[in-house]
Amino acid sequence: MFSRILSALLLSVFTISAAHAADEVVVYSARAEQLIKPMFDAFTKETGVPVKFITDKEGPLMERLRAEGKNTPADLLLTVDAGNLWQAANAGLLKPVQSKVLDANIPAHLKDPDNQWFGLSIRARTIVYNTKKLEPADLSTYEDLASPKWKGKLCLRTSKKVYNQSLVAMMIAEKGEAETEKIVNGWVNNLATDVFPDDTKLMEAIAVGQCDVGIVNTYYYGRLIEKKPDLPLALFWPNQKNSGVHVNVSGAGVVKHSKNEKGAVQLLEWFSSENGQRMFADLNMEYPANPAYKPDPVVAGWGEFKHNLINVAKAGELQATAVRLMDRARYK
Amino acid sequence: METVKLDYIRKAPKLSAFLTSLPAIFRDRWRLVALVFATLVLIPVLVVISSFFHPEKEVWQHLYQHVLGDLLLNTLWLVLGVGASTLLLGVSLGWLTAVCQFPGRRILSWALLLPIAIPAYVTAFVFIGLLDFTGPLQGWLREAFGSSDWFPRIRSTGGVILVMSLALYPYVYLLARNAFATQGKRALEAAQALGHSRTSGFFRVALPMARPWIVGGLMLALMETLADFGTVSVFNYDTFTTAIYKTWFGMFSLDAASQLASLLVIIVFVLLILEQVSRSRMRYTQAGRHQETGRIQLKGVAAWAATLFAVIVVSVAFIVPLVQLLIWAANVFAEDFDSRYLGFLQHTLMLAGIAAVITAVGALLLSYAARRNNDSLTRTCVRIATIGYALPGTVLAVGVFVAIAWLDRTLLQLLQPIMQIEAGMLLQGSLLIMLVAYMARFMAVGFNPVDSAMQRLPLSLDDVSRTLGVGSLTMLRRVHAPILRGGMVTALILVFVDVMKEMPITLMTRPFGWDTLAVRIFEMTSEGEWERAALPAVTLVLVGLLPIIFLSRHGNLNE
Repeated sequence: MFSRILSALLLSVFTISAAHAADEVVVYSARAEQLIKPMFDAFTKETGVPVKFITDKEGPLMERLRAEGKNTPADLLLTVDAGNLWQAANAGLLKPVQSKVLDANIPAHLKDPDNQWFGLSIRARTIVYNTKKLEPADLSTYEDLASPKWKGKLCLRTSKKVYNQSLVAMMIAEKGEAETEKIVNGWVNNLATDVFPDDTKLMEAIAVGQCDVGIVNTYYYGRLIEKKPDLPLALFWPNQKNSGVHVNVSGAGVVKHSKNEKGAVQLLEWFSSENGQRMFADLNMEYPANPAYKPDPVVAGWGEFKHNLINVAKAGELQATAVRLMDRARYK
Repeated sequence: METVKLDYIRKAPKLSAFLTSLPAIFRDRWRLVALVFATLVLIPVLVVISSFFHPEKEVWQHLYQHVLGDLLLNTLWLVLGVGASTLLLGVSLGWLTAVCQFPGRRILSWALLLPIAIPAYVTAFVFIGLLDFTGPLQGWLREAFGSSDWFPRIRSTGGVILVMSLALYPYVYLLARNAFATQGKRALEAAQALGHSRTSGFFRVALPMARPWIVGGLMLALMETLADFGTVSVFNYDTFTTAIYKTWFGMFSLDAASQLASLLVIIVFVLLILEQVSRSRMRYTQAGRHQETGRIQLKGVAAWAATLFAVIVVSVAFIVPLVQLLIWAANVFAEDFDSRYLGFLQHTLMLAGIAAVITAVGALLLSYAARRNNDSLTRTCVRIATIGYALPGTVLAVGVFVAIAWLDRTLLQLLQPIMQIEAGMLLQGSLLIMLVAYMARFMAVGFNPVDSAMQRLPLSLDDVSRTLGVGSLTMLRRVHAPILRGGMVTALILVFVDVMKEMPITLMTRPFGWDTLAVRIFEMTSEGEWERAALPAVTLVLVGLLPIIFLSRHGNLNE
C-alpha cells in the first residue's frame, strides 16, 4: 500500500507536462483569472479551440518567456497596461501579426505601430471627487490639481503602480520632462495624506472627507459604487478642452516562439469581435477598444468623454523616465 | 540536582591546515551532502548575483541620488523595530508558557503559535482597514467626538513594525519555548543554587543558554522581514524589496534589481557569518536526560497579568484578523465558492506536505554535516544553503527559473538527436522544479529548529556510540533521532505553513492547472479585491491551523 502511494507520488512529481496539443492555444496572462476564464470558455465553446493559461505578474511572465526562449509553450501574452506590452515587444518577446480583422477592429492609437500587440479594452484614468465638497465646475485638468488651491485636498495612489507611471509618461510625451516635473511636484505638495496602495482605499478616503479629489481608474469606481451606491463620489472627465482623458489598454500580443500562431491570432481576432469585446470590457467595467461597440450601460452612464489620442506605446517608451521623475519629486 | 554545563571550546582558524585538507574535503560524505544542498540553493542565488556582469551605471546613479538613502534608513528601522519587538514578545511569552504556571497556560501556549498561519500582508490589510482614517474605529471617533486627528497613524513606520512583529514573533516564541521547556527551569534552579536571584538567574544563565534557539528564531523573523514585499506594499513603506520591484517593473532593469537583491543577500550573509563566528566558540550540550520539574507558580496579580498579556497578543495577532476575514468570506461565499476549491486545497496540501518533508530531511542532513565537520568550508556551505530565505521571493523564483530553463535547453540539445523528442520542456512544468525551488527558499526555516536541536546532542554521545561500533547512519537513526524529534517536527510544520502561504515561486513555477489557495489569493488581491481574497485566505488559515495544533501536541515542546 505504502509503496503504491509512494510510486504514485513520485510519478506525479516527475511527470512531465503533457506535450502541446496540436490546436490548443496557450496564454500567459497578467490579467486575473476571474477576468479571463469566462472569455476563454466562451471562445472554446464558439470555435472548438481549447485554451490553456497560467497567471502571474507581468515581470515574472516576461522573464519566463525570455528564459524559455524557443522552448516556450506560450502562444499569447496577455497583460494590463501598454507600458508592459511595449516592454515585451521591446525585449523581443512578441512578433508582428498581419490581420485584416485586427486592423479593422482596433484603432491605431491603441496598438503597437509594428502590430506586435493590440489593445483590447480601454481603461480611463480620470478624476474622482467628493460631491458634498466640490462642484464639477471646480475641476478642470490633471495639471490644475498641482495648483496651490488644492493644498491638503488631494489624494493619490502610490507611484509604484504602473497606472500612475503611464499617466506621468503620457504627460512627458505631451509636455516634456521639465513641465511634467513641475506638475508632479505640485501634486506631491498638495497631498492630504500619504499615498495609498490602491484606488479603492483612495476613493474611500475621499468619501469620508480625508481629501476632496483624486485620480483613479474608472472600473474601480464602478466596482465600489456597485457595492456602496450611497458614497458621495462622482467621476470628472478632465482635459476635455485640450488633450483629453488619459486612457490605457489591456491587451495582448503573439509570442515570438509561438507553436500555434494561427490559433493565437484567431483568439486575438475573437477578442476584437463583438462577443469578445463585450466580455473583455464588461467583465471589468472597462471600455471596448473596438469603437463599433458601446460600453456596458452602467459604464456608459458615466458619460462620454474625449480620449487622449497619443499612441499608448509612448507610455512604455517613457515609463522609466517617468519613474525617475517621480522619484525626484519624492512621489512615493 | 544535575549540573548544567556551558563548555567553551576555543578554536583558532588555521588557513594552512584548511588548504592541506582540500583533497580530503570530498572524501567525507557528510561534507559532500552539505556541498550538494549548498549548490542547489547557490545556483539561483548565483543567477541573481551574476547580474553584476551587466553594470547599470545610470540606474544606480539615480538610485544613489534619490532612492538609496531613504530605503536604507527605512530598512534599518524596520529590522531594528521588528527585531526588538519579536524578541520581546517571543522570549517573554516563551518563558511564561514554558516555565511558569498561570491561568489558561495550556491553551495559550499553543494559541500563541496561531498567528503564523495568517500571511503578514493579510494582517496588514485588515489592520489598515480597521485603524486607518477611513476605518470604522476612527469613523466612530469622529462621530462621537468630532475629530480623530489625535489618533496615531497606522500607515507609518510604527504601524509596519507592529504588524510585522505580530505576524513574525511566533518564530522566536516557538524556538525560545522549545529551549526553555527543556532546560530553562533547571538552569534557573542551578543559578539560584549558586546564589543568583531569580531575575539575575534568568538573564545570566537561562537566557544565554537558550541563545542558539532564540537567535535562530530571530534570524528567521528578520530574513522574512527583509524579503517581505506584500506587507510593506500594503503600507507603502519603501524598503529594499520595494525598490527592487520598482527598478524591475518600473525601470525595466532586472539587472539593477538583481544587484540590489544581491546587496541584500550579502548583508544577510555577513550577519549570519558574524553570528556563526560568535557562536562557534560555544557548545550547548545538555547534561543528562530531561526531567519533568515543577513549574514556577505565578500568583495573584502576576498570574493574571501573564494571562492578560498572552490573551491580548493572541487576540490582536490572530483573532481580530481571522474574524475580519470570516466576515468578508461570508459575504462572497455563495458567489465564489465552488467545487474547484477541492482542487486548490488538494494542490496546496500536497505541495506543502512534500516540500516540508524534503526540506526537513535536507535540513537534518545539513545540520548533521555541520556537526560532523566543524570546518569553515562546511560551515560556509551550510550558511549558503540557508540564504534563500532572505531573497525576495520573486527574485529567487526568477533565479530558479532561469537556471532550470538553461538546464532544459542543454538537456534537449543533448537528447534530441538520440531520442527524437519534440522541442518543449522537460523539467519546466514538472513539480520537481517547484519542490526544489521551495527547498531553496525555505531551507532556513527547516534548518534553524533542527540545528538548534542538534546543538543539544553531546558530542560525547557520538564517541560512545562509535566505540560501540555504530556507523554514522545508524547513529543518526538510533541515537540522535529521538533527541532531534522535536526540532524535526517544528521544522516540518513551519515549512509546511510557509509553503502554503508562498506566492511568487508558486506562481512562476506551477504546472498548468496547479492553482493553489495562495494563487487564488493572488488573483483577487492583484485586482484589489480584498474581500474576495478573504475566502481563499480564510481557507488557508484554517488548514494551516491543523498542523500547528498537531505541533503543539506532538512536538516535545509541551512540557
